[in-house]
Amino acid sequence: MDRIPILRMGPFLLVSIQVDMHDRLALALQDDLMNKIRATSARGVLIDISALDLVDSFIGRMIGNIAAMAHILDAETVVTGMRPAVAITLVELGLSLKGVRTALDVERGMALLRGSPAGREDGSGRPEK
Amino acid sequence: MVVQRSDELPLHSDEDVVRARQAVRQRAIEQGFSLVDQTKIVTAASELARNTVVHGAGGSMRLEALNDGPRRGLRLVFQDRGPGIDDIARALKDGYSTGSGLGLGLGGARRLMSEFVISSSPGQGTTVTAVRWR
Repeated sequence: MDRIPILRMGPFLLVSIQVDMHDRLALALQDDLMNKIRATSARGVLIDISALDLVDSFIGRMIGNIAAMAHILDAETVVTGMRPAVAITLVELGLSLKGVRTALDVERGMALLRGSPAGREDGSGRPEK
Repeated sequence: MVVQRSDELPLHSDEDVVRARQAVRQRAIEQGFSLVDQTKIVTAASELARNTVVHGAGGSMRLEALNDGPRRGLRLVFQDRGPGIDDIARALKDGYSTGSGLGLGLGGARRLMSEFVISSSPGQGTTVTAVRWR
């Protein structure tokens, strides 16, 4: 089965979703990411969806799940590059992705991960929640 | 109102759902829908196609390009022979789900389309007809 590649960059994991995902592929990504966070002790996950022309309730739920699960595994999640048409549709659909941090592009997303206490290279400090 | 073109696609697997939304995207572009409207139609199609596969045990989607004088539109007809829906009003409510989803599919799809009709009875399967006008 196809898999979406997960890249490691220092203490962070990077995912760029470039294909129109079917549901099993989305679930496989969720599982793969959790295993990889565990295996690499990653402090943050960046998911770039700038190539996605659709986020429906299933993919939206997957994004929310990843953020929630990663949080429990002590990693921050940032979703970057959502297209305006996708954001408009997502809210009208009834999903607002509360609890998921977003950034306009990968550069800003990385800055967000690095800037958060959890994202510091030395790994010192966690945000007080 | 004239149906310019009609296609029928099978809906039995995850991959069929992807193919269905790609076909809807293509037709929405041909009908001259804006990018936001294309996205809304394709997203609604994705929700309804998934319902057909997951809850309806598979079925089909008919995709029709509509021409009504100066108005252009797209009609999607999802049909399955699954268990049917016994309480349509409840099924349309956000957050109501018989599966493992968020329960946004049906109600969300209705919000994204201009016209939306469900006909279903227990044991008889379900037909969802959704239209979006430009």
